[in-house]
Amino acid sequence: MAEEAKNNEPSAPVLHVAPGPHLQDVNLTTRRMMLDVLIGLAPVIVAATIFFRQYAWLQFGVCVGTCCLSEAICSAIRRKPIPLPDLSAVVTGLILALSLPWNSPIYVSVIGSAVAIVLGKVIFGGLGQNIFNPAMVGRAFVMLSFAAAIGAPAYVLHTGENPANPIMDVVSGATPMTALKESGGVTPLLALLLGNTYGSLGETSALACLLGGMYLCIRRTASWEIPAGVILAAVVISSAIEGYLAATQGGGLLNFIGNGGHWGVLSEVLGGALLFGAFFIATDPVTSPLTPKGKFIFGLGVGIFIMFIRKLSVYPEGVMFAVLLMNSVTPLINRWTVPKPLGTK
Amino acid sequence: MTRTVLTPAGRGTFAHGVHPPERKNLAADAAIEVLPTPTQVKIPLLQHVGATCESKVKSKQELAIGELLADSEAFISAPIHASINGVAGMQSVATLPNGRHVPAVPVAAGENQPSAEDLFKDVFGGDWPTSGLEQYAPEQIVQAARDGGLVGQGGAAFPTYVKLKHNPEKPIDTILLNGCECEPYLTADYRMMVETPSPIITGALLAARACSAKRVLIAVEDNKPLAVDTLRRAARGTDVQVVVLKTKYPQGGEKQTILATLGRTVPAGGLPLDVGVVVINVGTAAALARAVLRGKPLTHRVVCVTGAGIERPGNLLVPIGASYRDLIDYCGGLKPDAARVIAGGPMMGFTLGDLDTPVTKGTSGVTVLTERDVQRPGETNCVRCGRCVDACPMNLVPTRLALASRGKDWDLAKKYHITSCVECGCCAYVCPASLPLVQLIRMGKAQMPKE
Ligand code: SF4
Ligand code: SF4
Repeated sequence: MAEEAKNNEPSAPVLHVAPGPHLQDVNLTTRRMMLDVLIGLAPVIVAATIFFRQYAWLQFGVCVGTCCLSEAICSAIRRKPIPLPDLSAVVTGLILALSLPWNSPIYVSVIGSAVAIVLGKVIFGGLGQNIFNPAMVGRAFVMLSFAAAIGAPAYVLHTGENPANPIMDVVSGATPMTALKESGGVTPLLALLLGNTYGSLGETSALACLLGGMYLCIRRTASWEIPAGVILAAVVISSAIEGYLAATQGGGLLNFIGNGGHWGVLSEVLGGALLFGAFFIATDPVTSPLTPKGKFIFGLGVGIFIMFIRKLSVYPEGVMFAVLLMNSVTPLINRWTVPKPLGTK
Repeated sequence: MTRTVLTPAGRGTFAHGVHPPERKNLAADAAIEVLPTPTQVKIPLLQHVGATCESKVKSKQELAIGELLADSEAFISAPIHASINGVAGMQSVATLPNGRHVPAVPVAAGENQPSAEDLFKDVFGGDWPTSGLEQYAPEQIVQAARDGGLVGQGGAAFPTYVKLKHNPEKPIDTILLNGCECEPYLTADYRMMVETPSPIITGALLAARACSAKRVLIAVEDNKPLAVDTLRRAARGTDVQVVVLKTKYPQGGEKQTILATLGRTVPAGGLPLDVGVVVINVGTAAALARAVLRGKPLTHRVVCVTGAGIERPGNLLVPIGASYRDLIDYCGGLKPDAARVIAGGPMMGFTLGDLDTPVTKGTSGVTVLTERDVQRPGETNCVRCGRCVDACPMNLVPTRLALASRGKDWDLAKKYHITSCVECGCCAYVCPASLPLVQLIRMGKAQMPKE
């Protein structure tokens, strides 16, 4: 009927009037970006499943569920439509779960997720308004509140106390970073690459992070400038340290790269949460700068802070604090890197 | 006359921009057809940037094609001519696609109209010399451009004679013909370049004479190899060079074309003549040749009628003032799923609410999009992804400009150089949050108090 009307009378009001442009790149939507992150996380999730079995999925379920529920409740309170279809709560939940240890108590995961959504996102006004990466806000909150439950000691496997523990493929009893910090123990490169070591659910396999990260960069859902900056900073700083060591104590190229009982440049990059953080956490568009230049500076900053914390603080790993720190200077970076309009000097 | 042939220094492209689907294939192979004279045309008295013309005809006055219909004393304006043989009606008002209400004179068609063949031949046919053009003095060419009512046919519709007029402070060294036609779908310029390259070349040489430019370049995007070929063949033996640019939107934006061909950057707030360049559209060049050599004003133009929502896409030679409905009906009408009728291309065109709107000198096409084409995902908050920054050919921060416009924060808008925005729409095209960025910016530019 409407069609007939249109045929007889081409100017019937069924023609919309709208301002241009009348085309949109439908490959790029907020939802599609979030979906991309989920796809990019797939290898990481697979790796976590291989190494931590059902414990990984328990955390995924708890965190994602709590995040979605929190988002729904907050929206209901603020009488706004529930923005769940944009999938951002799912992404926050997954990232948080992947940055927790496999044995994080359920209540800790629940609190972390709720904090991530409520304090990390909703109080700022929802998606796009927050300053800090929500998952890292949740992570920081529980880490400071429940240090014993999920701090460094939690990662250590007490096989004796838990004989039913099915996790046996792993090679050491502490995370590579803790082992290094506390006893100078060095995890072999291959284990760092594949992921059969301890650590947070998502961080152990460098290979999985690289695979998923590449996908995100190719899709341009993540800006390559950020991971490039992080990795570059880590490589330069650890090279400087290794170079200094080599000059003062001797040691060959192998030492430099890191193998055979020495924690080298490559170990620094592959170990811990550096790659997971570089590709999946620091690249959160909302909390990173707008321009390519700004993104690179941001990445460098994250890398520098990670190395600082790793080398100089009591903490074995510093991705979380590095990201939160750089989040806070993002507005400043944005102001420094306003591009020059074409034709101005 | 000896001319130094300089090699253009551009890199064939510009930074940023977007690659929307081209969809030129819809109408690219449809040869230019002459629209049968409509029973009536409605000729707006403002079809250009500048002052509105005043009608010079009385109601019921007999008019012949090319007779002066309206004119203005103002410097920036262009006279308007009758586009069909017929009788003038009472002056009324027409609403242009951009929403402006302007006075218009209707002309009812008389019995006697030129046949399609004659009309086509008169506009594009016959001989277009490329030598011996020295007999036309620069002032004479400029005068012909003014008397012929020539305006830029790429869309902006700036009076051509103003561009060509000698300005002692700003010498021109290059005439740049714009054959990029970077808007998706549109193929009017393409058909002209392929079918009637000769008047384009002649017009280019005349324009160069008018402003004593040493160099004549024609910029064409690399998705139109056939046009490049025909133009090069037609330009043989002349100093006209055809430069092939990368296909990218908005390659045909004046500032982008100049940057891509010559490597020169037009200063912010400046004009091409600040860097010694005059840019004219290929269609305008052809009209210039006709005005100078044959003394004929701009009464007809080629309009591309295209899109998935039109039955039979094509390229039509139409009289100015014909209604969009005439064009659409000639092309078989709208398809049932047609959703938006756009005057111009899909990136920068305006939607029509009323198909009785008249075609003007700046109308390059009619694009009819379907429901499927115009579906947009729901709007979300800005996710600060920076894609709009990566897309902006003017190197602006669209998300900030839109924010400033929405909040009417003019200081912020100025700080982020809102006036540099060329309203190309790249930012809104890429925004994953589906924010109406350029729409907001356009509004902001319009509302911002002028200093
Ligand atoms: S493209 Fe859209 S969502 Fe991304 S920064 Fe620009 S305005 Fe925000
Ligand atoms: S801000 Fe203006 S110039 Fe930049 S992409 Fe958007 S519309 Fe084009």
